[in-house]
Amino acid sequence: MSEEIIKDVIVRENEDYIINMGPQHPSTHGVLRFEVCLKGETVKYLIPHIGYIHRGIEKMCEADTYQQIIHLTDRMDYLSAHINNEAVCMVVEEAMQVEVPERVKYIRTILDELNRLASHQLWWCAFGMDLGALTAFFYGLRDREHILDIFEESFGSRLLHSFNTPGGLMHDVHPNFQKRTKEFITYFRKKLPEYDQLLTGNIIFQERVKGVGYMSREKAIAYGVTGPSARGSNLACDIRKIAPYGAYDKVQFNEILMTEGDTFARYQVRMGEMWESMKIIEQLIDNIPEGDFTAKMKPIIKLPAGEYFKRVETARGELAVYVVSDGNKTPYRMKFRSPNFSNLFVMNELAAGGKIADLVAISGSLDLVIPDIDR
Amino acid sequence: MSSKIYDFSSLTGSIDAALNSWMSPGLAVLTELVIIGLVFLIFYALLGLFLVYLERKVCAVIQNRVGPNRVGKWGLLQTIADLIKLLMKELIPIRKADHLLFVLAPFIVIIASFMAMGAVPFAKGLHVLDFNIGVFYVMAVSSLGVVGILIAGWSSNSKYPLIGAMRSGAQIVSYELSVGLSLMAIVVFSGTMSLSGIIESQADGWWIFKGHIPAFIAFIVFLIASTAEINRGPFDLAEAESELTAGFHTEYSGIKFAFFFLAEYINMFIVAALGATVFLGGWMPFHIGNWEGFNQVMDYIPSIVWFFTKTFFIIYVIMWFKWTFPRLRIDQLLTLEWKFLLPISMFNILLIAFLVLMHWHF
Amino acid sequence: MLNKQELSEIILKMVPEATFPEGTQLTEVIVPAENILALAEGLKNNKETAFDYLISLTAVDFTTNMTVVYHLDSTQFRHLIVLKVVLNDRENPLVDSVSSVWATAEFHEREVFDLFGIRFNNHPNLKRLFLEDDYGFPLRKDFRDEINIIER
Repeated sequence: MSEEIIKDVIVRENEDYIINMGPQHPSTHGVLRFEVCLKGETVKYLIPHIGYIHRGIEKMCEADTYQQIIHLTDRMDYLSAHINNEAVCMVVEEAMQVEVPERVKYIRTILDELNRLASHQLWWCAFGMDLGALTAFFYGLRDREHILDIFEESFGSRLLHSFNTPGGLMHDVHPNFQKRTKEFITYFRKKLPEYDQLLTGNIIFQERVKGVGYMSREKAIAYGVTGPSARGSNLACDIRKIAPYGAYDKVQFNEILMTEGDTFARYQVRMGEMWESMKIIEQLIDNIPEGDFTAKMKPIIKLPAGEYFKRVETARGELAVYVVSDGNKTPYRMKFRSPNFSNLFVMNELAAGGKIADLVAISGSLDLVIPDIDR
Repeated sequence: MSSKIYDFSSLTGSIDAALNSWMSPGLAVLTELVIIGLVFLIFYALLGLFLVYLERKVCAVIQNRVGPNRVGKWGLLQTIADLIKLLMKELIPIRKADHLLFVLAPFIVIIASFMAMGAVPFAKGLHVLDFNIGVFYVMAVSSLGVVGILIAGWSSNSKYPLIGAMRSGAQIVSYELSVGLSLMAIVVFSGTMSLSGIIESQADGWWIFKGHIPAFIAFIVFLIASTAEINRGPFDLAEAESELTAGFHTEYSGIKFAFFFLAEYINMFIVAALGATVFLGGWMPFHIGNWEGFNQVMDYIPSIVWFFTKTFFIIYVIMWFKWTFPRLRIDQLLTLEWKFLLPISMFNILLIAFLVLMHWHF
Repeated sequence: MLNKQELSEIILKMVPEATFPEGTQLTEVIVPAENILALAEGLKNNKETAFDYLISLTAVDFTTNMTVVYHLDSTQFRHLIVLKVVLNDRENPLVDSVSSVWATAEFHEREVFDLFGIRFNNHPNLKRLFLEDDYGFPLRKDFRDEINIIER
């Protein structure tokens, strides 16, 4: 490529005070680098630099079978690993025209919501820590541990559980699964108000997040922001409502929408979603139908030649999987449209003009998972 | 009335007399200085280690954890193990840093806290420097520490430390005013700047009870402003780790880092001791007006116990702040001082002057 | 919510050369490279279509040609459409940037440029996103990594 397109477009002035936030920085939650230009404490602009954890998952997928790809998707948004798996499974099932058993749909949906809960809990911990409330971290992790224990009992792994497989599940859930999940919901219904007592009502916290990082609905759409971050700007973008998958069409739940569009609105959306997730699980957990844990699948899956597209709602937004198949056992091209990739690039719009501390609060409220950006 | 309280000056006086009988007066003074210096060094180090241990345990309780419990009984030796680790760590030289200032900065910080420690009255008669301007002296030397922080940030030749140092400068210059004014409130009440004089004036009740509501307001302002002055959460902007990695001491390693760390904890002790002395009566036992019987029972508790109980109560409150509140933003921090605390304490001191003038206080 | 028939009528009014492949999962449109920007603006600004949300912008290397794929959604009507631009020049593929229409396209286009080497006209800041400047274009089918060869 010629030189002139590689050069930077922003001309840096001599008096600009440029600091690098990351790739090793406590508040970027991973190997993300912001090149931040400061004027005193005020952020003039920031440029995100990514690619520090680019593993070429899309290229690797081209050499893997569909069962193997499941394990790669865990490593994108590792906090919604189960939901990522489900996206690939559903695109394969749709292409093969396999009808998965009802039991699988119910279990997948419950696990999706448990995963969303665990992810939002970790987000809450990290958000508190970004703002300097270190105790929040331990409150969140204490409760997240219960969910991870449920995962561990059923799948043998806590974070990256490749439990989904095209056609169904790897094996049936543990006999204790229903009991423990119900116990957890009763427990967490008591514990979630503690989160509000510790952080939400705190005057310093409210001062730090209210009116900070305003994102208008138009900006959210233009930058393709999805998930709770966009719902804080009154953009109804929940794929679970728009195109229900799994057992989402059988449950009643609200899509939390806030109109303020600031960091506090995004915070409240996630807090509300935790309540909604518990509602969904409660509606499903007693009604899991009996049946097979997987549909009958051939050992070697070959998708018919064509292009397939499927969207799911992860804890951070819309994950879209786009598969081009030429009829072989490996995909010809696999594209993951990851929610964090789009959510990241709105940062400059939100943080410019604010203080450094606001930048940290905003990046916390967008809940970025860096491996999902780089893939 | 205070006759029951053990006076440490009899002990120090006998040591002084013994030394004078052995050697010439000049040599005796020199020996005394060395002894006091050594005692203070040991006390300083032990106190620092204990405060670090205490903070870990307190934050562990607040965070549903156990805290250090592996090294020694209840993890008591954990901080000593950490100290050994820090002592053995490599001191990483920073290229293009201003080496003289870089090495000097931790010493300035630690010397400032050491000097302030000298004026703290630990018990009756156990008081190294009893100035007639004791309050003034403690405030003056304890704010010297910010010079060290500024130098540390400047000499590191790094961007995060510089921002941290500038924040720290702005913060301490602002909050020094409120600390000063809230201490002045009690100076107006007691009519003396000498710390021992202030304590003596509380023999019939501590100022926080005697001084009506204005003294209580002054105490609250003092707690907030002194927390800010020692750079602790929720005002730890100078070392806000989620924003500036580690702030002014980002580039420091090993024992030089430990110096900053130690000085921070000793500063916390000093402001707590100052608060306890000025507002809560220092080593003075809990006395109520003319209740002779009750006051005499209280006098049986040694004065050094009273002092440390009160001081550690304030230290606990300061730690409690840190582990429950999120951090403020820099503009909110300055707004809090200039728009709220400073007007409140200025009005407060006027009110107190009026009270004292009308003899309405006890 | 418009069906395929209605969408194709609207699109044919904007770009008469557009073709609509049959038997696809979603509504697909193949447009010539020179019309993509006009079509993008038209689809976004048309009151009936209102495709204001670019879900993803990617490319596929079909070895004979490069295809740039745009997945569009409307936050108002929630209908989906796939736009495709076939670029026959694999050596120096060039297409108009749509970053003036959807802000998020700027970064998706940088990713496509990084991984496929497809250049976008009038892109505000076209430089590599993940990889080093002298790295090849790994998602091209003829890419060979000389250092970390994994052949299966």
